[in-house]
Amino acid sequence: MKHLKATTFLIAAALATPLAAQQDGGRLDIVVQPEPPGLMLGLVQNGPAQLVAGDIYEGLLRYDTDLNPMPGLAESWEVSDDGLTYTFKLHEGVKWHDGEDFTADDVVFSAGTFLPETHARLRASLAYVDSITAPDPLTAVFKLKEPFGPFISVFEAATMPMIPQHIYEGTDFANNEMNATPIGTGPFKFDEWVKGSYIHLVKNEDYYVDGLPHLDEVYYRVIPDAASRAVAFETGEVDVLPGGSVENWDIPRLTEMDGVCSTGKGWEFFAPHAWMWLNNREGPMADVRFRQAIMYAMDREFMRDVVWNGFGKVPTGPVSSVTNFYTDDVTIYDHDPDKARTLLDDMGYDGEPVRILPLPYGETWQRWAEAVRQNLSEVGINVEIDSADVAGWNEKTSQWDYDMAFTYLYQYGDPALGVSRNYTADRIEKGSPWNNVEGYNNPELDKKWFAAATMTSPEERQAAYDEIQKEIVDDVPVAWMLELEYPTIYRCNVQDLVTTGIGVNDGPRNAWIEE
Amino acid sequence: MSFWKRFRTNIGAIVGVVLLIGVIAIALLAPVIFEHGPWQMVQRPFLAPFAVDGLPLGTDTLGRDVASQLAHGARVSLLVGLVSTLVALLIGVPLGALAGFYGGYVDEGAMRFTEFFQTIPNFALAIVLVAIFEPSLASITLAIAIVSWPPVARLVRAEVMSVRKREFVDAATLAGLSKHRILIRQVLPNTVSPIIVMASLMVATAILLESSLSFLGLGDPNAMSWGYMIGAARTVIRSSWWLSFFPGVAIIITVLALNLIGEGLNDALNPHLSRKGRA
Repeated sequence: MKHLKATTFLIAAALATPLAAQQDGGRLDIVVQPEPPGLMLGLVQNGPAQLVAGDIYEGLLRYDTDLNPMPGLAESWEVSDDGLTYTFKLHEGVKWHDGEDFTADDVVFSAGTFLPETHARLRASLAYVDSITAPDPLTAVFKLKEPFGPFISVFEAATMPMIPQHIYEGTDFANNEMNATPIGTGPFKFDEWVKGSYIHLVKNEDYYVDGLPHLDEVYYRVIPDAASRAVAFETGEVDVLPGGSVENWDIPRLTEMDGVCSTGKGWEFFAPHAWMWLNNREGPMADVRFRQAIMYAMDREFMRDVVWNGFGKVPTGPVSSVTNFYTDDVTIYDHDPDKARTLLDDMGYDGEPVRILPLPYGETWQRWAEAVRQNLSEVGINVEIDSADVAGWNEKTSQWDYDMAFTYLYQYGDPALGVSRNYTADRIEKGSPWNNVEGYNNPELDKKWFAAATMTSPEERQAAYDEIQKEIVDDVPVAWMLELEYPTIYRCNVQDLVTTGIGVNDGPRNAWIEE
Repeated sequence: MSFWKRFRTNIGAIVGVVLLIGVIAIALLAPVIFEHGPWQMVQRPFLAPFAVDGLPLGTDTLGRDVASQLAHGARVSLLVGLVSTLVALLIGVPLGALAGFYGGYVDEGAMRFTEFFQTIPNFALAIVLVAIFEPSLASITLAIAIVSWPPVARLVRAEVMSVRKREFVDAATLAGLSKHRILIRQVLPNTVSPIIVMASLMVATAILLESSLSFLGLGDPNAMSWGYMIGAARTVIRSSWWLSFFPGVAIIITVLALNLIGEGLNDALNPHLSRKGRA
């Protein structure tokens, strides 16, 4: 017993030492790429907006790198045994940046009025909600119509950001002039946005967690060219390169510099999963043998090593290995050109050319498409690379005018939130590049996806998703390419930057600079 | 014969011809010399020149043979250069000839139309055209032709205007030849030499334009070209210099060769202009 106590003491001491050494003050310069279209997180949720506005807005919960919920605006929470009632106890003394009190009424307004209108992804989850009530100013209660397993994962800042009721109630949300000067509860306040140059946030002196934040100010710097971003980091002009802000082949050079650290953590909540849409509706892609042949023809390990400089992991199927309910007990598609040729012979592929549409996000994606074309042409598939800018890419994929198209999407911790949307038939809808764009239609599997979403016990859900993954991987509705890994590169004197499953998005809250 | 005599005394022009023949030979023989296609990944990426036997110019970001890419890129560059110049001549020569020969409203109309194109910056217009039509060899060639023809039209117009005042044209008129017969048979042949000189320089400009477009990512994604190589290598220029250096040298050599030839032709075809004592 004594021994145990001593150990506990040592651990406590080890934890306490760095805490005591935390220093206040300083400024952090972080690259944001591309410039966000806006910072009102209830209206805009693309990556760069989440990065910046993640310091301004907050959700009820935060999530650690294993995707376990942590206190956010809610200091504690309770889920009833039947999985239908979620009760949140809010932090006391939380103020909006304009000085108004944050109360449970704001929660009811955000999740009940504002977000259902503006936030398409959350809307799907809110469909399970029967009522949201505020029995007292510090308690918010969500009642569900039926159990929804992943519901505990929807309270992240960009998924369900808390919106100030006193500013938005009764207004035209999208055109409210306060959208330009966002008001949240977060550790940093919006100060100034010089378009094309930087976004400046300053410390929220009234933040409800004692001692946080440590930093005085954060600058998000807009630098449009990847090579210039790398140079800005080298010269010390910026301190943090969030994942994806420099080309992959620059990463080793930057991380080998003195005093530079990097981490692959901080993306678990998103688990960006890259694949090629295969247009299941027409041409050779309608034949499952052709789709399997594509998987066998590609040397995905090689592409990971060469195109992505060894970053990332070759996926086994639709669910990322860091997302909940993943299994690797599925058919594994190794690089096997002979098998691919056999499959093509079986189906009688006549050499009909297919087009590949790369994602217009820079050199890496272009090279990736070239590598795929080369692999496919080696087994006798005729491939042409199509080209489009971002708008054209959106247009072509959402109007189904493609044969094979690169994309990647976030998984949000749970297959019911970020995976099933790309495979169930009810999500086949023209006009969006984020739903079941490939046109995969498997009613049997649809039933299983829906059932797995509404189970309450994690064990049952795991079993259900195991079955789904096993079946869908044989059908190859899309060609899974890579679990993207985006290392965050930063100066080693920046401490505690990446501590959660959303990484730098809410990183400045705890970060501090060691002198 | 006297043309060839004058031409071959110009050492620069001979060097240009030799270089150009070399480039054309490499372009034609590319598939024979290199067993690997330009897109084929043959070795580890980022191999420096001569690091591995059989890869004298190293490998690129995906481990493709740079030498093979260079040779295959020559085909695209030369093809785009030649075809776009031909198309530009097909537009510019008739328009300029009509304007210069008939004068009056025809001239006014044709020249205002030409000015319309001349007032828009060449490269900007080419970018817009390629972006609208989606990058492919055909759209790039056409875009380059469309931005290159106005100077041709202007030149031909000026030449035709000066030639049609000559006495032999009056003689032809007196002989009863019809107007367009005079234009085609008597006037145009006398404007050929400046057109040839200009065309050789236009091929060089077209190659540069194509490279610039590819550099900006507006090249045909299915055709290996020098501009594409440099554009793709730009991001790794600090760690892998050879990826942008060799295609850059190839562009310089080809454009230089065409310029030398153009100048040689100019001196040889316009003996009155040739400056004495030149090397």
